[in-house]
Amino acid sequence: MDQSPILTLKNVAVTYKTRKRDVDAVRDVSFEISRGENLGLVGESGCGKSTVAFSIVNFLGRNGRVTGGDILFKGEQLRDRSEEDLRKLRGADISMVYQEPMSALNPSMRIQDQLAESLIAHRGFTKTAAFAESVDALKIVYMPDPEAVMLRYPHQLSGGQQQRVLIAMAMLNNPSLLIMDEPTTALDVTVEAAVLDLIAELQERYHTATLYISHNLGVVARVSHKVAVMYAGEIVELADTRTIYRSPMHPYTMGLMRCLPDVDAPKGTRTLHPIQGRVPSPANLPAGCIFSPRCELAQPECSLQHPQLVEMAPGHQVRCLRSLDWKDAKMIWEMEELAKEPCPHRADPNPDTVLNVEQAKVYYPVPFKTVGGIFGLEKRRYVRASDDVSFSIRRGRTLGIVGESGCGKSTLAKAIVGLEPLYAGKVDFLGLDISKPVDKRTQATIKELQMVFQDPNGVLNPSYSVGDQIAFSLRRFKTVPADQVHAEVERLLQAVKLDASYYSRLPRQLSGGEKQRIGIARAISTNPAMLVCDEPVSALDVSVQAAVLNLALEIQRSQNTTMILISHDLSSVRFFADDVAVMYLGRVVEIGPCETVYRPPNHPYTTALLAAVPRPDPDLTPSHIRLSGRVPSAVNPPAGCRFNTRCPFKIGAICQQQEPPRRDMGNGHLIFCHYTPEDLGKLKA
Amino acid sequence: MGTENPATAKQIHTAPSAALTALKGYWKSVRDLAQVIFASPTAVIGLTLVILWVLIAVFAPLITTHTPFEQDYKLVNKGPSALHLFGTDDLGRDVWARVAYGARTILLLGPLSVLVAFACGVALGLPAGYYQGWVDEVVMRILDAFMAFPAILLYMIIISAVGASSFNVVIAIAIGGTPGIARLVRALTMDIRTREYVAAAKLCGEPDIIIMLREILPNCRGPLIVDFLLRIGYAAFYIGTLGFLGLGLPPPTPDWGGMVQEGHSHMTTNVWPVLCATLAIVTLVIGLNMFADGLREETMRYQ
Repeated sequence: MDQSPILTLKNVAVTYKTRKRDVDAVRDVSFEISRGENLGLVGESGCGKSTVAFSIVNFLGRNGRVTGGDILFKGEQLRDRSEEDLRKLRGADISMVYQEPMSALNPSMRIQDQLAESLIAHRGFTKTAAFAESVDALKIVYMPDPEAVMLRYPHQLSGGQQQRVLIAMAMLNNPSLLIMDEPTTALDVTVEAAVLDLIAELQERYHTATLYISHNLGVVARVSHKVAVMYAGEIVELADTRTIYRSPMHPYTMGLMRCLPDVDAPKGTRTLHPIQGRVPSPANLPAGCIFSPRCELAQPECSLQHPQLVEMAPGHQVRCLRSLDWKDAKMIWEMEELAKEPCPHRADPNPDTVLNVEQAKVYYPVPFKTVGGIFGLEKRRYVRASDDVSFSIRRGRTLGIVGESGCGKSTLAKAIVGLEPLYAGKVDFLGLDISKPVDKRTQATIKELQMVFQDPNGVLNPSYSVGDQIAFSLRRFKTVPADQVHAEVERLLQAVKLDASYYSRLPRQLSGGEKQRIGIARAISTNPAMLVCDEPVSALDVSVQAAVLNLALEIQRSQNTTMILISHDLSSVRFFADDVAVMYLGRVVEIGPCETVYRPPNHPYTTALLAAVPRPDPDLTPSHIRLSGRVPSAVNPPAGCRFNTRCPFKIGAICQQQEPPRRDMGNGHLIFCHYTPEDLGKLKA
Repeated sequence: MGTENPATAKQIHTAPSAALTALKGYWKSVRDLAQVIFASPTAVIGLTLVILWVLIAVFAPLITTHTPFEQDYKLVNKGPSALHLFGTDDLGRDVWARVAYGARTILLLGPLSVLVAFACGVALGLPAGYYQGWVDEVVMRILDAFMAFPAILLYMIIISAVGASSFNVVIAIAIGGTPGIARLVRALTMDIRTREYVAAAKLCGEPDIIIMLREILPNCRGPLIVDFLLRIGYAAFYIGTLGFLGLGLPPPTPDWGGMVQEGHSHMTTNVWPVLCATLAIVTLVIGLNMFADGLREETMRYQ
């Protein structure tokens, strides 16, 4: 294979003009990508990853400009090229795949027109030839039924299919360089796994040089050959993938690894180490090493001298003044962890049941299609968001609820706290019937059952200071006498590791992680017996996720709070939960203690979910169990077993006709499947 | 007792600093607003025009040489002179004085009527958007019935039913403005009620009225402030129109619309009363519109 680099970046700097002054968003970035090579660019959000990608194709916008260095594509300078030259290059030789498939496709054009467009524009194809070529491209990305897909509009495709179309579009002109900017971030894990398989396979077949941007270390481990770690606009470490994951040298890289929950490590056996603080804005960078304020290993000299990227071993570049000393740091840290007593499981011999959910149904009525509906002439149809769900939780334990989006996890949580009405079924909480919405519950019940929300930007009212918002709740429940409210708010702020000065800050002055902490502080202000957390960390960066998860765990330990954690991320559920329920299309398909659910035998759906988790380990061979298609509509769920349309181990007609029976696997582990427990054990792919 | 002392001391120590930070926060928000206004030339021009009229209204007695009611029988329908800066009207009253005092009328009645309209619109739109369902249907259908009338026709019906007085003008304009404001508030409420902080307030067991007034209404303020400014402009315009139709303030109250009405039959001989009054209405309305538009554009740019 020809090893001359396709893309070379040398000391590239990018500057954005702002109202006040020019900001150097990216400084001194150098790397090479050869033919057939995939370079992963990782880092937290705000580190300049996308800026690097946009600088290559000059998509920096009106206020952005490449101000230094060289960008060489096949040896030719790309900097300061005319817009016309770049436009030709972009279509034919450099392709890009973006994060949001829905907004990258034109919603008013059929797929065929969008695909053919670039062939006709860049290579002068006729319409029929372009059509044939496009169908071939869709076949390459394993699009089922490509001819039919060609006639559809983007909204008629699922997210995974849209991303396949975009990859097909990017591959159409057989580009030499492919830039992928977080191509799987917006997708469900199961879909993400399939798209990653595709990317890896195309890489093998076409040897396209690829720049792959992601914040997810697991994803990069799966597809990249080399990894560059970016921090605040600089590359801090660059090496081949195995070296980065096995022997990282920069404290930031190590920090990124240490804050990841591990899907294979049971609760209590591992602690997460969040990286303190947050990425500095490029407008005020710290002096010396830019990472030094957040670095646990920083020494006084680190804030004085700015380190250069130094080649520590062949092909392994590190930007750290002391990285020579750190060669064994990872080992030291790991030993430190082992020495720590794994947090013992609270041995409460006979905990009482806090919450008991019995055959809970949450249905949303579908609007009538005809006028006759109002007069009872049309049969009422329902979205069965949650259908016959039963489980119970004992005091001090955490139940994780996992599943793809659209499986009814959040709806169920809202029904439990009373934000959505139950259609049928019964919910018992501390022996009280709470099958009614929140405005019909007593103040005492509401106080004991609180919720942590998903979206850090929506969780706080932008009109009030954070202290006032916590105080509202304290005054409402009269948790403390009126003259102690201020002191209590400060105590709660401290409990979530924020100092008292946050009292008077407005939500827009906080980062996502800080907002989420305030949300937790408000929820625990009533001292609830149970806390329902709906995807509390899914919108946060990994380093911040770890801090929020640790905080929630600490609160649970100190208050013996019972919790429900809803998440699509099986790793954080493993880290956090004692029991786990797997939901699919409104039904619980498997439930039991984490130790047994995270190990085979499993329900086929759980097997597929576990197989799809991206693991930050480049040596693991990816599993071949993949789910196709998408979650069917909850208005007309499939008959029989709801999973039968996508099940990789489907038995046959029985799955489509009969409700799956309950299989008791012992130790409170239940699986709803037509396979017998013995056969389930043999299913391991 | 000894244990209490440090706590009290701490409170005394923190109390002024808390007040100070609150004051600083307030001062900062004023500065932020000023920055937004000065970023837009449209808003600056609009604000200048509005402030000009407010100053004229406030200092009317100081900047006029006559009262608006003094009649000079020897000088009727005269053009500008040293004695009367913009001439006199058909009863020999000073045009400048009537315009200046007329500004007082309009700048009092305009905002007042819009405030009443806002109170009614918020009271109807907030529950309609929050509860939706049949509350929404009932409220909105009634308001639709009001909106079916052309505004000016509605005003004429109301005024001719209850008689012309400044109180009734306020009532008429408030009734006319309510449906539009209610619709705006309802739309904003329907969006904001789905936010998670509203759900969090429900989980505090807050009653609906608190959720609507404390959690939702303050977050509607941006669009509502812009709408408020625009509506003062329209109100000034309608007060003028009603005056012109003879349904405005009863004479001899100085009223711009009334001035046009009284002066338009003598327009061929003396254009000054009509010209000054119309120019006054036009500049005030344009000023308010430009201010509102500039403010809206500039706040949108930040989002």
